[in-house]
Amino acid sequence: MEFLEVIRVSRSFGPVNALKEVSFSVNRGELFGLIGPDGAGKTTLFRIIASLFLPDEGKILVKGYNVVKDYKQVRRITGYMPGRFSLYHDLTVEENLSFYATVFGTTLKDSAAYIHRVYSPLKPFRKRLAGKLSGGMKQKLALSCALIHRPEFLLLDEPTTGVDAVSRKEFWEMLEELRNMGVTILVSTPYMDEAGQCDRVALIDHGKLLQTGSPAEIVHNFSAKLYAIRGRNLYALLGRLRMSPEVKYAFMFGREIHLVFYRVPGRPARWLENLSGSPQGTFSIEPLDPGMEDCFVELMGENHPVDGKENI
Amino acid sequence: MRTILFLLQKEFLQIFRNRLMLPVIFVLPLVQMLILVHAATLEMKKIDLVVVDRDLSSWSGRLAQKFMASPFFRVHDGGNSREDAQELLRKGKADMVMVIPAGFERNMMREGEESVQWLVDAINGTAAGLSHAYASAILAGFHREWLQETGNTAGMDIHSGIKVQERYWYNPKLNYKIFMIPGIMVLLVTIIGMFLSALNLVREKELGTIEQINVTPIRKYQFITGKLIPFWVIALFDLSVGLSLGYFLFDMPVLGSLPVLFAFTSLYLVVIMGLGLFISTMVSNQQQVMFMGFFFIIVFILMSGIFTSTETMPAWAQTVNIINPLAYFMRVIRMIVLKGSGLADIGREMILIGIYAVLAMSLAVWRYRKVA
Repeated sequence: MEFLEVIRVSRSFGPVNALKEVSFSVNRGELFGLIGPDGAGKTTLFRIIASLFLPDEGKILVKGYNVVKDYKQVRRITGYMPGRFSLYHDLTVEENLSFYATVFGTTLKDSAAYIHRVYSPLKPFRKRLAGKLSGGMKQKLALSCALIHRPEFLLLDEPTTGVDAVSRKEFWEMLEELRNMGVTILVSTPYMDEAGQCDRVALIDHGKLLQTGSPAEIVHNFSAKLYAIRGRNLYALLGRLRMSPEVKYAFMFGREIHLVFYRVPGRPARWLENLSGSPQGTFSIEPLDPGMEDCFVELMGENHPVDGKENI
Repeated sequence: MRTILFLLQKEFLQIFRNRLMLPVIFVLPLVQMLILVHAATLEMKKIDLVVVDRDLSSWSGRLAQKFMASPFFRVHDGGNSREDAQELLRKGKADMVMVIPAGFERNMMREGEESVQWLVDAINGTAAGLSHAYASAILAGFHREWLQETGNTAGMDIHSGIKVQERYWYNPKLNYKIFMIPGIMVLLVTIIGMFLSALNLVREKELGTIEQINVTPIRKYQFITGKLIPFWVIALFDLSVGLSLGYFLFDMPVLGSLPVLFAFTSLYLVVIMGLGLFISTMVSNQQQVMFMGFFFIIVFILMSGIFTSTETMPAWAQTVNIINPLAYFMRVIRMIVLKGSGLADIGREMILIGIYAVLAMSLAVWRYRKVA
């Protein structure tokens, strides 16, 4: 059953089209990731879903409620965690929680079981001012506040940005547990490696939705054959590869170059020797199974052909 | 209603936890009353007067002495040279120069009249006018003395037959402080009502907390009410502090009815908070509030009649003052406190400020709903 339906939503700010006819849906009880680089339109979309902005066109239904017309119902069943820490710095952890509990007509006690998993690591610091918490703790507090009214739907805008690796891992474990409790979760992130944690993901760039599917499906749909080049002094080689007419695109991926050909040469190793002018064994080239980031780069290249070749 | 109570609880918690806000609320009234009342005075004392006595007769000496006896003047001997005295004026070491010409006594005796020359530093026109008025009064007194002692009627003019007895109503001693205290209280209430509430509203925007608030069931009117009521209460509290200080420390009479004054102030605060709310919708951080607020407040204060009478302002300025809430409050608070005016006397102002309150607040709320 579809819990969230986003139907051809567009929104522009002056000349900038932040969202262009974005459509996707999230099933009940799903952990859904919206993945895209900074400025892709993720936050704008989240704000529209949270009923903070109006869409120019299109409509969004949360559990059948229209976010524009029935925003009151939507707000009651939605827990929203903005990308920026938006709680009161000059109130303590406990005061923040109690405040949000009371404005939703509930109490900290009533929701204790619901937020227990997220709140318990914070408990020793409940008398501390929220502004004095560390990044990871702030994030847990924000999630606790978003959960305080026991929402069915969680909307998390880049919750792991600016948080250390251990806290990030912990955070995703919490999300999984919440999902298992039956909460539908829509989470955005700029980190491709987090995509694998989601049931399904949507890739978004420049306000356009590129692809939707489970992480496995997206990788499976990768159309081209991918090669990895290893060796030393790869940056100099990257320039030459990009000049080569056979190369569709090439980009640095950690300590490798990932490469896609227009037409795969008969013997790639030989072709590379000729191109680089280096003796055999300087570089190695091998076929590679694509990851999420490769898919994203490929899709982004289709979305913006010029950018794909020049800027990656 | 319950929601508003929770919001109020949160606001007061934050206000009392704010290290900047507390001094503003509690120290501001004290400082304003104790410093400004003394500093913002138009009374002139210790005017530096240089006397150039070219006559050196007994009557010219008595004239100089009359100035020495006055608390308003500090008399310095300027010798014989007008040029030297003028140099002192130019250097700013003297405020006024009086030149008594040679043959002063002789001409007084013979003709019954003589002139003295005054040179006045008029950079500050108000101060110059006042100093001159003081000096003229002393000269007139001197003239009377001379007439009585010499019995000389040659210079008797028609005015000396009429004696003017002055009695100043509502401020018999022309105590400038008593005039200023209500004015300072207007400033106090305005700063708290307009600046602090606007700053507090914008802070939510600046820190992003408004985003979390907006997804809760809190309605906008509840949020605004919760934001404004604390400052409404604080401003009225500070008004009481100011009145008490004025009453006990400066012997300011409080003649009129306090309930009427507080009723008017309550309405006035709605106007001022409406302006504050309006400002907060046009800016995105606290710094901009200060800039915008200053623009409004400087114009409003200077036109409000705090120092100068609004009746003497040009017609256009008086027209502008129709929309200047400070001008109403300035007039009303002085009428109530110093003159003992009742509800009937300020009825017109009360109605106007009431209309103004409705207009300003509706406009601000309308704009707030549209923007936020």
